[in-house]
Amino acid sequence: MSDLEKPSAKRDGFNIDMVRVLLEGRAFFALIAIIIVFSILSPVYFSVGNFLTMSSHVAIFGLLGIGMLFVILTGGIDLSVGSTLALAGVFAGFLLEGVPLEAFGVVIYPSVWVVVVLTCALGAFVGAVNGILVAYFRVPAFVATLGMLYVARGAALLMTDGLTYNKLGGSPELGNTGFDWLGFNKLFGIPVGVLILLAVAVVCMLALSRTPFGRWVYSTGGNSRAAELSGVPVKRVKLSVYMISGVCAALAGVVLASQLTSAGPTAGTTYELTAIAAVVIGGASLMGGRGSVRNTLLGAFVIGFLADGLVIIGVSAYWQMVFTGSVIVFAVLLNSVQYGSKRKSAKSADKEKVSAKVSKAQAV
Amino acid sequence: MLHEQAVADNNLAGTTLGEPILSARNVAKSFGSVQALKEVNFDVHCGQVTTLFGENGAGKSTLMKILSGVIQPTSGEILLEGTPVNFSSTTDAQELGISIIHQELSLAPNLNVRDNIFMGREIVGAGGVDFREEERQAQLLMDELDEPIHPLTPVEDLRVGQQQIVEIARALSTNSRILIMDEPTSALSASEVEVLFRVIKDLKSKGVSIVYISHHLEEALQITDHAVVLRDGVMTAYAERKDIDLEWIVRNMVGEGFDLGSAPLGYEMGGIALSLQDVSVPDEALPERSVVDGLSLDVRAGEIVCIYGLMGAGRTELLESVAGRTPMSNGKVFLKGEEVSQCSIAERIEKGLVLVPEDRQRDGLVQTMSVGENLSLASIGAFTRKLMTSRELEQDVVDSSIRKVHIKTSGGEAEIGSLSGGNQQKVVIGKMLATDPDVVMLDEPSRGIDIGAKAEVFKLLSEGARQGLAVVFSTSEVGECLSIPHRVIVMRKGRISAEFGPGVTKEEIMAASGESVAA
Repeated sequence: MSDLEKPSAKRDGFNIDMVRVLLEGRAFFALIAIIIVFSILSPVYFSVGNFLTMSSHVAIFGLLGIGMLFVILTGGIDLSVGSTLALAGVFAGFLLEGVPLEAFGVVIYPSVWVVVVLTCALGAFVGAVNGILVAYFRVPAFVATLGMLYVARGAALLMTDGLTYNKLGGSPELGNTGFDWLGFNKLFGIPVGVLILLAVAVVCMLALSRTPFGRWVYSTGGNSRAAELSGVPVKRVKLSVYMISGVCAALAGVVLASQLTSAGPTAGTTYELTAIAAVVIGGASLMGGRGSVRNTLLGAFVIGFLADGLVIIGVSAYWQMVFTGSVIVFAVLLNSVQYGSKRKSAKSADKEKVSAKVSKAQAV
Repeated sequence: MLHEQAVADNNLAGTTLGEPILSARNVAKSFGSVQALKEVNFDVHCGQVTTLFGENGAGKSTLMKILSGVIQPTSGEILLEGTPVNFSSTTDAQELGISIIHQELSLAPNLNVRDNIFMGREIVGAGGVDFREEERQAQLLMDELDEPIHPLTPVEDLRVGQQQIVEIARALSTNSRILIMDEPTSALSASEVEVLFRVIKDLKSKGVSIVYISHHLEEALQITDHAVVLRDGVMTAYAERKDIDLEWIVRNMVGEGFDLGSAPLGYEMGGIALSLQDVSVPDEALPERSVVDGLSLDVRAGEIVCIYGLMGAGRTELLESVAGRTPMSNGKVFLKGEEVSQCSIAERIEKGLVLVPEDRQRDGLVQTMSVGENLSLASIGAFTRKLMTSRELEQDVVDSSIRKVHIKTSGGEAEIGSLSGGNQQKVVIGKMLATDPDVVMLDEPSRGIDIGAKAEVFKLLSEGARQGLAVVFSTSEVGECLSIPHRVIVMRKGRISAEFGPGVTKEEIMAASGESVAA
């Protein structure tokens, strides 16, 4: 009897393992599938040039997605990143056109690095407002950041009167050239925007996996009450993640403005939803506590490569929306499958291990 | 009206007053390696109140969950009027007339009484839900229960006692003949208890059989007809009301069997490690009222102090505010002579004052993290070098914790949900001990873990005390007061009502807490 059972049990175990591998690597497999399908459908898709172009699109979503990941890991959500991106873009444009100081009768032209730093500071400020509302005034994250979605967009429109900054190239005599370098140029053949994304990703990956702060983020999202009683500064952690999200959005805004060499107040509309989608496709749980930078990046690539592929093979914009939406829902569906089965199988597997150990100990 | 139906059913089946209507025969239930119930026989007597006595973790709730179909027994059978029945869900049990009213009420506070009573069983007429008929029936039920609650009152506007009546009404509306009440009086005021008892007597007269669970022994004795005592999953005694008294119940509940150890002796205690001075904690719901009222207490290094009290005595509130979770309205906390009243939780942990919370699922564990990550959560600083955490050093912390508190696990990477309750509790304790504290406070450390794990936890605390740790733990089980503590503090209504040395008896402790008749 037991002899008969053994092989089947083994086969089951193998199947479960295969399913788990497929589930856990689903963003990766989806990306591979997308690349294969579009390469077959279009001769121009599979080329280094096209990959680089698509990657610089992905850079925007990737930056937003990584910021969003931090917020989602704590169990929150940040709906304001699209607007923050636009506000950061026009703020950078405003600085590059020159800041008139009327009291002194001079116009200051800050250099590009100063512009980038100031813009990121603005993003941090926007995030800090979100974070203070959520952590200290207990406004639900959805509401606080929804408000910021409107406020930041409005501020961007007010700054430009609804117009777009076009002359972002700067001029040599003013010493503020080089803004287009961020989005336009390449370093070692790779667009600078993509390199920025990779740099941010590496820093964030280390921060999440190897620093106390990362552990605090995961524990805050997993169970904030338990985290608090273990001495985790839960409120400061929440404030920090919204600031990180704001900085990432500002960086994305700078890169996008640079790519387009123009900064408009309506840039990045609905990008917050794309960012959430990237995080979710990457397998993160909207309840908090689960997710990783690597998978979020994969999620961003899935969305970016899918959208561009659909454009390349000439699918209409309307169908693009249908496809993208379906992919997102499918990803969330798989999330619930994964977290449902993982809990069960891990539990039984571990119990077996424990009982094996215990019986061994007893035998001795 | 509905009861006439129920009575008629009873008569049809031929069960007469006092005869067993629902019986459990040799029922056993195990959760993994923990055996919660062992070969239990239990009868519910028709038209009478059967009370189930037992300490926390004795298996009362498990037995009730089996009788009401929430869980299925591992072995044994359930007989309803002599015929074996098999409930695969609460709906099955409900259809056969068995309802359970849980300790935590399951009403939707935003809906009114009528909608709560008919939730999920709406009376649907031609034009949608027949609200008028529902209201009429709800009113009828309220009249029968003699409660002046209007069916359209939102449940959140009702007092807890009235909400309980609504729960009972809902159970009755499903034609329940057997009503299981799990700790129905724990949140009620004295006058509300009277109302409830009147309702129970009323239900009895209508032929409804009642199973009653309470920690309030004196109250239960007023109402019950039969007493059954469970201890560690075994039924230890049965008697009719007329043959027993309080002393009989306590003797059978607590037992003399298992030794939880005794106070560690033979070493010098150190100076005062923790000093509470005139501590008051406001009630969260009613800030002008104090749940802890001007309490002072000194604990020395190496000393084990046990705080005993009934539910609502203010134990949890006291410990949580000393740990820095909730603010005090008055008073000071000193740790080794240094005032820490204004410190954050993190600062208090840093200085050596830690709390192991009562509800480990809600406050103790991060369920999305592994055993190891949970164990090291409170002491991340100890293995951080130049901003980064060190994997090797963390592994050392985790491994030594697993060894020190004897956690049965396949390793630090295991999911926290894969552990048994007792081992999860040890993870929470291990996490706090890993911070190398001077004072450890544990709120009901033995809640929901089996007797073996309990003994291990107590041994751990004794060893800690021997090495100079000051231990304060709270409990609602008298037996634990007589084990390892050097000193027993009894709390009652936010104050210390008595203080005892190791020679104390259970009766003295219970009298001081307000639990016994003798008081």
